Amino acid sequence: MLMEMGLDREEIAALATIRSELKEIPAQRRYLIPLLQRVQQALSYLPQAAIQLVAQHLHLSPSEVYGVATFYNQFRFTPPGRHPVRVCMGTACHVKGGDIILEHFERKLEIKEGETTPDREFSIERVACVGCCALAPVALMGDALHGHMMTGKVEGLILRVQIEKEKARREMGDRDER
Amino acid sequence: MVELIVDGHRMTVPPGQQLLAACLAEGIYIPHLCHLEEAPRPAAACRLCFVEIAGVPAPQPACTIRVASALKVRTDTPAVRRLQRMALRLLLSAHHIDCRRCHANRACALQSIARFLKVGLHPKPLMAIARPDEVDRHHPFIDHYPRRCVLCGRCVRTCRNGNDHPQFSFTGRGIDTVVRHYASNLALDKRCSECRRCVAACPVGALQWRREGAGASESVD
Repeated sequence: MLMEMGLDREEIAALATIRSELKEIPAQRRYLIPLLQRVQQALSYLPQAAIQLVAQHLHLSPSEVYGVATFYNQFRFTPPGRHPVRVCMGTACHVKGGDIILEHFERKLEIKEGETTPDREFSIERVACVGCCALAPVALMGDALHGHMMTGKVEGLILRVQIEKEKARREMGDRDER
Repeated sequence: MVELIVDGHRMTVPPGQQLLAACLAEGIYIPHLCHLEEAPRPAAACRLCFVEIAGVPAPQPACTIRVASALKVRTDTPAVRRLQRMALRLLLSAHHIDCRRCHANRACALQSIARFLKVGLHPKPLMAIARPDEVDRHHPFIDHYPRRCVLCGRCVRTCRNGNDHPQFSFTGRGIDTVVRHYASNLALDKRCSECRRCVAACPVGALQWRREGAGASESVD
C-alpha cells in the first residue's frame, strides 16, 4: 500500500523506524512540530503516509497536521530532486533578474517552484541570498554554485546533468553486457 | 442583569453575554460573517461587526465584547460604516463574483451584507485577487470552491466543535491561505457523511455536498 503512495523502499524503511520511535513520544499536541521535523529529517519531505502516521499518533486529524505543516517554510511536501535547483531571489539577484532565471528553469523542467520532476531528478526552490551577491544572479545546482546566470546557461546546466546520467547508464549497460 | 442601550433601544442582558449575540437576539442587525453562536471564543476574523461604545475611543468588533457593565452602543455611526464597508470591499475583492451560477445565490451572506451596507458587489478601486480556479475535491463528499471562500473559518470551527478535530483546516499562509481537507481516513469520513454541518455553516456557498445532496435547485450549473 505504501508503494502505491509513491514511496520508495528506503522511505518505507525510514517510516517504519519512525513508527517504532513513536512509542516513546507522548501523544501530546506540543510534540507535533518536533515530530514533523523528525520525519522530514529522515525522509527529507513529508509524504501523506507520514502525515497520517503523525496524526494518528497524536490523535489529530490529518487536515490539522497538514494545516500546521503548511504554515512553516521548513516543511516540504514533495521529495527533493537528486539535483535540487536553488535560484537566489535576494536583493542583488532580484535586481539582476533572478526571477527570469527562475522562470527559465521552471519552463525548461516543466515544473513550478517547489515542485519535483516526475523522475525525481530535479526540483526547483527559491532561496534568499546565498552570500555572493557580486556574482548575481546566482543559482545552485546541487552544491555547485553558478554565478552570472543567463537564460542560455540554464539549458546547459540541465543538459550536463542529463548527459552524465546517460553516460553512467551506458557504462552500467556495458558492464552488464560483458 | 446588565442594562444595554443600543441605538436608543433599551434592553437587559445577563452579565458576560456577548454583545453581538445580545443585539442579534433583540432583532438589532449588525453585519457579521464569522460569528458562530456555539463557539467558545470569537474568531473576530471577518471584521464586519464593528460598533461604537460610549467612552471607548475606537469602534470595537461586537463579537469580542462581553457585556460586564452598563453600555451605550451605536451600530450605525459613520466610523463604523466606513470600517465595515472597507472590510466588505476587501472580502469581495478576493471573492469570485458569479452569483448566477453559485448554489448560494440569494442565500449568500455577502449579498445581503452588501445590500445592507450599500456596497456594490464589484469593489471598483480594489484589485481582484484570484485564488485557484479549480474545484477542490480532496474531501470524499464535499466540494470546496476556493474562489468563493472568504476564510471566515466557520466550517473549520464548526467541525472542531462537533468532531473535536476538524476535517478542514487552514493551510498555507498569508495571501495563499486556503481551507483544505487532507488525507481522508475511513472512520472520520463516515462521520462526515452523517454530519454535514460545515456545509450548512458556510455563509457563501464555498462548500457543497457532492453526492445526492446536490439537487436541481442547488446544482452548480
